[in-house]
Amino acid sequence: MNNLADKLFSNISKLVAISVLLLVAWIFTTLVQNSMESIKALGFDFILGNKWAPNIEKFGALPAIYGSVISTFIAMMLAVPVAIGVAIFLSELAPAKLKTPVGVSIELLAAIPSVVYGMWGLFYFVPIVRDIFGGVGISMLTAGMVLSIMILPFMAAVTRDAMNTTPDILKESAYALGGTKWDVIKDIVIPYAKAGIIGSFILALGRAIGETMAVTFVMGNVHKISFDLTKAATSIPVTLANEFNEADSGIYYSSLFELSLLLLVVSFTIISIAKFYFLRRKRIA
Amino acid sequence: MTHTQKRVFINNAVMVLSTLSALVGMGFLLWILSVLVINGVEALNLNIFLNEGAPSGNPDGGLKHALIGQLYLVGAATFIGVPLGILAGTYLSEYGQKSKLSETIRDISDIMMSAPSIVIGAFVYAIVVHPMGHFSGWAGSIALTIIMLPIILRTTDDMLQLVPSTLREAAFALGAPKYKVITQVVYRGAKAGILTGVLLGVARVAGETAPLLFTSFNDNFLNTDMIKPMASLTVTMYNYATSPYEDWQRLGWAAAFILSMFILILNIIGRLFLLKKKGR
Amino acid sequence: MATIIEITENKALEVKNFEFSYAGTDAPSIRTLNMPIAKNSITALIGPSGCGKTTLLRSFNRMHDLYPGNRYSGEILFHDRNILSPKEDLIHLRIQIGMIFQKPTAFPMSIFDNVAYGMRLQGVKNKTELADRVEKALKDAAIFKEVKDRLKHDANGLSGGQQQRLCIARAIAVEPEVLLFDEPTSALDPISTAGIEELIVELKDRVSIVIVTHNMQQAARVSDYTGFMYMGELIELGITEELFVTPRERLTEEYITGKFG
Repeated sequence: MNNLADKLFSNISKLVAISVLLLVAWIFTTLVQNSMESIKALGFDFILGNKWAPNIEKFGALPAIYGSVISTFIAMMLAVPVAIGVAIFLSELAPAKLKTPVGVSIELLAAIPSVVYGMWGLFYFVPIVRDIFGGVGISMLTAGMVLSIMILPFMAAVTRDAMNTTPDILKESAYALGGTKWDVIKDIVIPYAKAGIIGSFILALGRAIGETMAVTFVMGNVHKISFDLTKAATSIPVTLANEFNEADSGIYYSSLFELSLLLLVVSFTIISIAKFYFLRRKRIA
Repeated sequence: MTHTQKRVFINNAVMVLSTLSALVGMGFLLWILSVLVINGVEALNLNIFLNEGAPSGNPDGGLKHALIGQLYLVGAATFIGVPLGILAGTYLSEYGQKSKLSETIRDISDIMMSAPSIVIGAFVYAIVVHPMGHFSGWAGSIALTIIMLPIILRTTDDMLQLVPSTLREAAFALGAPKYKVITQVVYRGAKAGILTGVLLGVARVAGETAPLLFTSFNDNFLNTDMIKPMASLTVTMYNYATSPYEDWQRLGWAAAFILSMFILILNIIGRLFLLKKKGR
Repeated sequence: MATIIEITENKALEVKNFEFSYAGTDAPSIRTLNMPIAKNSITALIGPSGCGKTTLLRSFNRMHDLYPGNRYSGEILFHDRNILSPKEDLIHLRIQIGMIFQKPTAFPMSIFDNVAYGMRLQGVKNKTELADRVEKALKDAAIFKEVKDRLKHDANGLSGGQQQRLCIARAIAVEPEVLLFDEPTSALDPISTAGIEELIVELKDRVSIVIVTHNMQQAARVSDYTGFMYMGELIELGITEELFVTPRERLTEEYITGKFG
């Protein structure tokens, strides 16, 4: 009796665990299957074409790819230095009384839904960008900036965690040689935590590139490559969010699935690099 | 300036810069938080909880439909996702342990936790919405379940591994079969941790918008039939906030406030559980 | 009251009425402590764990200032100035008073860069000067032969004993006047320990040394003077041989004969 129950429990739990792998495989195959029509019909024109005009069945994803790359790039350029600053502040600088409350509130802010960041961006940030940089305010630049603010808490928290792994005794050794705080941070803490810090940045990049709601509000979904950052633009997730419900033809659907597939492959790759190359679960000392 | 003076100067400059960046970062985040609280509290009133959505211009419009829809969507996802996640996590920690299969499942789950949620929406659209021919609450719940699953799985796995092996051995030494050791001893030892994982998992999916856009879609009226399209707070927020109507936008802020508070409270409770456990 | 012998040589450091409390605690970890540290000799600090010996050692280079909230009073004289003064230049102080820790603390950089680190902090840029001084420090720390062909390699590839010697080379490369050793062999095997002890003895011609150890044999082997601390107080300071053979305080005797500890 016990034997049977034991077998049942272990096999059922194993089945559920394996189903996670099957689920991921299913997601990939489903996306590939649904993309086939577009892949066959458009080939590389899909990725290289810069005209996205569903009304004449033209589907070039380049503007969306361009928008994803540029908005994420802007977000990273703004968020990385601030995140490092916040992390230094939290791990080395803040008085003990501030460390925990500030640290915890930053972690809590990382839990606020991205749709809230998007709303804030639309109502409060768009007018400011419009006043300072011109244009209508709905733009690539706004999207990058809102995105940077959205990923900041996550980035700062993980960077701080990575910096905190530096053993105190190692830092003390550098202080004992007459190092200043900054000497210790740049020569000991950052080199020691390098893999963790880079890993968390790449992880944040992987998340930012797939982020939908924080940018959908403020990007405009305009399929046009413009080097003027104050112009409305689009990205892969923004296109999906705006057009999935409107798609009316097979090829239109299929090309949206191809976009999803592209996004999944890219973020899977980026996240894997972060996880496997930089953030191995236990570092071997 | 001597070299040391220069070092001290650079040090001070960097410390000022880092404090400034912390202030700027915190400033932005406080700004968002205060906008959320001010607009949210201003828009809150009893009608929001009692009335369904209404056309703009109707002062009686509320969020009852979205609140209840949200409960259904997240509730169903929790109901399916939590047992599955705990079972799978149990397998990893108690049976598979460091096996190749377990490690692969861990790696894939880690990646899935950061994968773009809108893609999950597209997947569920293809396997549920398209065959059914229409949006449905179930489709939304399935999408949320898929997002929740790896979170519950990994926290369960981690938390079970924290249970000291001597506890298991003691139970085995009394002749208990493995499933009883797990369900009666190991689970008990990891209770607080697993509960935290569940709370954080629920909090995470409660804030998801993108995967609901084309699965559960939306409904401006109360619907409790999960076969049909269903309102959620997040999609309602998106629709109301991007509408040109001020009263809808206000309702959007109210929804944002209610949802964010719910998520923050779940996070805080989850942390307290962990703290309490550490304290012992 | 404590029995503290007169030191006939010059003093490297002199502790006067020193009191210390850690952040968040009311009970002082060290209470009204007076102690001379002889120049160019080795002073060992022994005592049961929690007696305050490491706390005292870390006061000599103001390590405690890295963590907010610690309180101290009294004086520690170094070249007739009170290094506990708030005006003390800690960077300069820590160059003059070096420290070796319980565990080897090789920095995440090459062997050469590890040893050159302190000099570079002081602004030494000249490549030949750096190379010469690194070589000399490594020779003085008796590790040059083992590492001379791999100076550019990561220091973390060295064994524990080698890393600890590297840390000593790093500390003496900046030519400090005092070296503080905080249980320097507690993480090492017996053979490496013997090597480090030998090295410490060789160093005393050039620096004054204070060593905290939980190992009484080690104190007996290397030190000239030994201080026995108990519950935050210095119970006895004497010439090492005398202290271990004919302790003057009952507590010291009980400790060295293993009645507690």
